[in-house]
Amino acid sequence: MTETLSQAAPAAPPRDPAREPRIDDPILRIEDLSLWYGEKKALNDISMKIPEKQITAFIGPSGCGKSTLLRCINRLNDLIDNVRVEGDIRFEEGSIYDPRIDINALRKRIGMVFQKSNPFPKSIYENVAYGCRIQGINRKRDLDEIVERSLRGAALWDEVKDRLDESALGMSGGQQQRLCIARAIAVEPEVILLDEPCSALDPIATARVEELMQDLKTQYTQVIVTHNMQQASRVSDYTAFLYLGELVEYGPTEKIFINPMKKQTEDYITGRFG
Amino acid sequence: MIHAIDRTARREALATPSLLGDYRRRSAAVGQALTWLCGGALALNLLLVIAILGLLAYNGLIYFWQKDLIELDLKDGRKILGELWSQEKSAAETGTRAAGAIDRVRLKIGNRDVSGLDFVWIDAKDVARRARPRDVVMLERLEWGNFYGTMAELRAGGRVLATGPGAVWRAFGPLHERKLRELDRIQALEKGPIGDVNYAIERLRLAEKKLDLQKLPAAERDRRKAEIEQRIAADQARYEQLAARLSRMRDRFQAETLVMRTAGGETKEMPVGTVVRALRPNGMGSFAKLRLYGSRAWEFVSADPRESNTEGGIFPAIFGTVMMVFMMSFAVAPLGVLAALYLREYARQGPLVRLVRIAVNNLAGVPSIVFGMFGLAFFVYLIGGTIDRLFYPESLPTPTFGTGGILWAALTLALLTVPVVIVAAEEGLAAVPRIVREGSLALGATKFETIRRVVVPAAAPGILTGMILAMARAAGEVAPLMIVGMVKLAPTLPLDGKPPFLHLERKFMHLGFHIYDVGFQSPNVEATTPLVFATALLLILVVTVMNLVAIALRNHLRRKYAGSAV
Repeated sequence: MTETLSQAAPAAPPRDPAREPRIDDPILRIEDLSLWYGEKKALNDISMKIPEKQITAFIGPSGCGKSTLLRCINRLNDLIDNVRVEGDIRFEEGSIYDPRIDINALRKRIGMVFQKSNPFPKSIYENVAYGCRIQGINRKRDLDEIVERSLRGAALWDEVKDRLDESALGMSGGQQQRLCIARAIAVEPEVILLDEPCSALDPIATARVEELMQDLKTQYTQVIVTHNMQQASRVSDYTAFLYLGELVEYGPTEKIFINPMKKQTEDYITGRFG
Repeated sequence: MIHAIDRTARREALATPSLLGDYRRRSAAVGQALTWLCGGALALNLLLVIAILGLLAYNGLIYFWQKDLIELDLKDGRKILGELWSQEKSAAETGTRAAGAIDRVRLKIGNRDVSGLDFVWIDAKDVARRARPRDVVMLERLEWGNFYGTMAELRAGGRVLATGPGAVWRAFGPLHERKLRELDRIQALEKGPIGDVNYAIERLRLAEKKLDLQKLPAAERDRRKAEIEQRIAADQARYEQLAARLSRMRDRFQAETLVMRTAGGETKEMPVGTVVRALRPNGMGSFAKLRLYGSRAWEFVSADPRESNTEGGIFPAIFGTVMMVFMMSFAVAPLGVLAALYLREYARQGPLVRLVRIAVNNLAGVPSIVFGMFGLAFFVYLIGGTIDRLFYPESLPTPTFGTGGILWAALTLALLTVPVVIVAAEEGLAAVPRIVREGSLALGATKFETIRRVVVPAAAPGILTGMILAMARAAGEVAPLMIVGMVKLAPTLPLDGKPPFLHLERKFMHLGFHIYDVGFQSPNVEATTPLVFATALLLILVVTVMNLVAIALRNHLRRKYAGSAV
């Protein structure tokens, strides 16, 4: 079945201009990735390159597979029973599905921020320090420095510097989400995956997170899944439109939103379905 | 105007019998009835709880209150002195007498060594005169229970120190205080130096026996044996010395005696030191009685029992209960939590795990005596017997661990309560959201690190809830303990000042069993009934205090992880 499908697609490079923008020096290459939940195929033969230190957005209607694709990048899908993956994702020339790789080390380099903010039931300080403690960094002076730097990086320092020892669960939703970002950048990843980070936030908190993403661009590659097309057009440099597990169109954000090549993309962006 | 019409119209519409309206009215009525029923059931439950506590509190707490002594002159010329214990209308004659008249009274007359009976029923119609003489005395004694009567004489050796109630009472006070101090010294000598020497001799004899069991060259063995013999001889000499001193102290202690006269005129002579308390209840004011109440309540919780548990305190039982429950908690917490962790976090969820879960739940319903049998067979005989053979062969055939003890009792109860902990811990673990775990994994934590640093702390309040239930159950359990180490009277506490301090093999006393023993197995059941209530009240108090500590800990954790699931 897969065999026939992959053969059906034209194998020669530059294949589909709608799906393959010119990206020099990508940090991640997704190669012919397919994924099954049991019998159900959730991702169908997806190939794309993720540019370094840019923001790439995955858009598409619910159930199109954008979150699944994102969770493939840090192999969080491994935790779900009955998941089968074919194809490959290459991260700096190594395969992340290589059986020899240390999956925890991989996740340290590819951080993630979730749809619903998920601070640990610990103090604000301990939340940010968590990743470092896991790596065995336990010296108070080092941790203090990392926590401050990360919270500043997540534009949260001024709001919480006087209550670092209070429970993180007492913060507002927007603060919690930025705390999760601070927690992710505390371990200095190369890539940050954001899975609908603003879907539970009000517009003001959303604006702050988006601002933060722009600030982080200088240091981190970001991949964001979003339902909100305005958000994708506001924050991202590249946009991929997925539909029913297929990559329909992928290219620079401006091009996708102003002049899409595919009819389906245009229909979705203009709100005709979705 | 328009309003009024509107309202009338609406009322008419409501009043119109329609199928729907009828049904609605009926279901509303049923709903209301159900609400009352539920509320009523709750109220009944609360009432029962309050009734139990009230009953225990009332009957238990009046035990320490000193009643006045009454003296009855009977028509046949006898005189009886005692405490009024209860009064009763006899059913047979209710019709012939005025309503509310009392037919029988029960007096506690004490003086068991004189009359042989502690209680007596008197028919009201036999009583000629009832009085409360001020100079009657009540004695609490180390042996033979209370004595009621008047003081006649105080003697020292052959000499008479004082005669007559007033003079003896005045002379008795200071003398009695001195004697109590002497008693303290005697007991200190018995428990301290003499106990230590006995203990040392016992250890040396065991060491000697151990030498016989070891394979040593004959010369070496003889040399060591001689050494031990020498030390035993030295200790023995010291023991003789101490024993002689003790017997001298005893003689001096017994020198002064008090002669008491009962209401019937008999006299009884007893050493002053055997009196615990001497009171003139009829001359005491409320404040003095209150102080006596406090002192008795304190004695109850802090002293050792006397007279086969019918008098004195219950401290060893409180200590045994609390210590056993703590040991049980230390055993059950890791066992239950680790099992729950495996079931919930590691095991592949499937029919086998479901089966295990059902089995665990059913384990909670196994009768506790079955666990007792298991504890006896497995812990006491198998494990304890093996330990004895391997590590304590010198004291065989006297078992050390091969008999019931506090360790085996705690482990047996840990098995009994482990299902409760597993179920509660599993629920606590399941309530930790998946997304929080993923957050930890996404930061590069392994599954183990995630469980240790995030999942278990978040589930801790739920786990503690399970521990609270387990402790409450363990504290109240009696049946299995009766065969794995609980005793009516333990001479020593399982924790004391002699190395190794914690004596896990020792037998212990328990409040639950104490209630049964005092209430139903004691030679003087009538006198101890209030003691049963007081002990039951104390058992509830102990369980409540332990639970409050655990609840405070849980609330602290909840506050720390505010807002977390569970």
